[in-house]
Amino acid sequence: MDKVLFGDNQFFGVNHASDEKSRAQALRFKDDAAIIRVLDQAIDLGINTFMCTTHDRIANICDHMRAHPERYEHFKIHPCMPYAHKYANAVTELGILGTIKQYVPGNFLGTFTKGGLAFLNKDFSKLMQILVDAEMKMFKGIDTPVIFIQNVLVDMILGLKMYGVFKEYDDYIRQKYKAEPGYITMNMPALLDALESVGIENPIICASINKIGFRMSGGIELYEQYLNERKFRPIAMQVLAAGALRPKEAIEYLGRFPKIESVLFGASSRNHIQETKELIEKNYFSVKAIK
Amino acid sequence: MLRAAIVGLGKMGISHAAIVGANPSVDLVAVCDTSSLVLNGFKKYAPVEVYSDFRKMMDEEQLDFIVIATPTKLHFPMVKYALEKGIHVFCEKPFCLSTDEGAELVELAERNSLINQVGYHNHFIGTFRELKRLLEEDVLGDLLHFTGEAYGPVVTKEKVGTWRSKPNEGGGCLYDYASHVLNLIQEVLGRPVKVTGSLMKSIYSKGVEDAVYSLMELDNNLSGTLLVNWSDETYRKMSTSLTIQGKKGKIICDATELKIFLKEDNPREGLEKGWTIKYITDLALPVDFYLRGEEYSAQIDYFVNNVLSRKKGLVNTFEQGLYTDKVMEMIMDKAKLN
Repeated sequence: MDKVLFGDNQFFGVNHASDEKSRAQALRFKDDAAIIRVLDQAIDLGINTFMCTTHDRIANICDHMRAHPERYEHFKIHPCMPYAHKYANAVTELGILGTIKQYVPGNFLGTFTKGGLAFLNKDFSKLMQILVDAEMKMFKGIDTPVIFIQNVLVDMILGLKMYGVFKEYDDYIRQKYKAEPGYITMNMPALLDALESVGIENPIICASINKIGFRMSGGIELYEQYLNERKFRPIAMQVLAAGALRPKEAIEYLGRFPKIESVLFGASSRNHIQETKELIEKNYFSVKAIK
Repeated sequence: MLRAAIVGLGKMGISHAAIVGANPSVDLVAVCDTSSLVLNGFKKYAPVEVYSDFRKMMDEEQLDFIVIATPTKLHFPMVKYALEKGIHVFCEKPFCLSTDEGAELVELAERNSLINQVGYHNHFIGTFRELKRLLEEDVLGDLLHFTGEAYGPVVTKEKVGTWRSKPNEGGGCLYDYASHVLNLIQEVLGRPVKVTGSLMKSIYSKGVEDAVYSLMELDNNLSGTLLVNWSDETYRKMSTSLTIQGKKGKIICDATELKIFLKEDNPREGLEKGWTIKYITDLALPVDFYLRGEEYSAQIDYFVNNVLSRKKGLVNTFEQGLYTDKVMEMIMDKAKLN
C-alpha cells in the first residue's frame, strides 16, 4: 500500500466538525471537473492512491479515468462500500426488502423471477456477492488493490456478532477481485479480535488514530496497546481529529506507532495537499525508517 | 449479564441490536421481526434466537429488558405486554399515537417500578447538552425567542412508501422528524403549553405532511418557531438545530457545533465578547462502542446502567415522550382548524 492515501470526504460535503463547512465544500465540488482538478493536483504531487466511497459521482470520475488511460496509468483506487446514506435513506423510505429490490440489479431479479426473493432468503452469501458486484461495477478496468467495507457496515456486523459475514466477504474479495479486503472501523480493538476469531489474519484495518482519542472507541489506551502488540496492517484516518489537532502534532503522534502502514487524509487545495503529504512523509515515515 | 431482546429490525432496530450486542453487561438473546428475510439473516449469522411473535419471545426468554423499534402504532401493545411481564423497556420515538394509551403506559411503568426510556438521542449529543448547561448558567440572560429546526432528504420524490407515508400509523414528518425538535425544545428550553399557529404541508407525499411549521409558547412564557422539512435535498442527512436569542446574545446549536455570540465577556464561562465556536470533537460523550454516532451508544449505555442499578432515569422517560406526543397533538389540532 502507498504510504499516503488521498480521501474523498471533502468532495462530498462530509465534515465531522461543522455542517456549515460541509455545505461550503458541497458547493465548491458541485461539478465533477472540480473534483478531477484536485485529484490531478494530488497526482502531480506524487499521490497515487485515491480512497473513496462508492458514491454515484465516483462513477463519473471513473469514466474520466478510463477515457484518459495515460494520465491515470499508475493511479489506484481503494473503493469503500457501500455509500451508506444512499441505503439508509432508502431503508427509511422503502424498508429493507424494498431497498434490496431497488439496489439489486434488475437482471438478477429477472433471472430468478419466480424464486428471486425466496432464493435471496436462503442464500445470503449470494446476496452479499451481488451487492458487492453492483458496487464494484463502476470501477471496471481500474486498479483496485484493496477493497474496503465502510465503518457503518463493519461496525454493525461487529456489534451483531455476525463474524461469519466478514469471512465470506474476505474470501469473495480475494477470489473474485484478486484484491485485499479492507475494513474501516470506529472500534478497532474489538474488530481485530472478531476478525481473528474467524481466521482472518493480519487484516488491513483503517481506523481513527489521533492524540485526543477522537472516535477511538474502546479507549486510546487499548488502541495504543493493539498498535504496539498485535498483528495487523493499520491505516490511520481522522489523524487531525476533525480539525481539533494541528497537523504537526497529529503526525508526530503517529510516529510513535511504526506499525502504521498508511495515512489517509483529504484536502481541497494544492498547498494543503502538499503540506500534509510532506509532513506525513518527513515527520512520520522518515522517523519510522530511522527506527 | 442482563438478558435483552429487540422487537423490530428496521434501520433503528438493527442499529440498536448491534449496540446492545456490543455492550459487555448485556447478552442479546433474541430478536423479533415479521420479515423472514431479516430473521433468516439473523438465524444464519448471529448468536440469537429469532421470533416472529413478540408475545412468544417475551414469554419464553426470561428477559431483563427489551428494545422496541417497530412502527409507532405497534408501540402500545408491545410496551404494555413487556411492562406487565416486569420487563424494563427502551422504546423508539415517537412514543405512542394516542396520548391516552401513552398515559396508560407511563402509569404502568411507574406502578411496576420499571426503567423506561424513549429514543430521543439528541439529549446524548454533547453540543445540545452543553447548550442546556449554558442556558442554565444564564449566559444569554432573559430569553427572547427560539427557533427549532430540522431538515433532511427522506422523501424527495412522489412515491408510495412504507408505514411512514400512512398518517394513522405514525407516518409523516411531524412524528418522524419534528418530534425530535419538539422533544429538544421541551427538555432544553421549556415545555410547550400553547400552539398559536401551525402549517402542515405535503410536498411529495400523499396523505401525510412533508413539512411542519408552527408557532408556540412554553411554560416559562418564552415563545418561538418550529421549522421542519424532511423533503429538503440540500441536506445530506438529517440536520437538527436550535437557535436561541437572549438579551445578552445568541446561541446557534446543532449536532456538530455550538456558535455563541455574546454582547459582553462572560469570564465565568471563559467566553469572550463576540463569536465563540465550540465543536463536538471536544464535547462528544466517550463510548466503548461506536455506531453512527456516540449518541446512539450513549443512550443505550445510560438505559443499561439504570437497569443494572435500578435507578430511575431522568433523561427521556416515558413521561417526557408522552409530553412530546401531546405537543404533536396540539400542532395537529391547530393545523386542522386552519
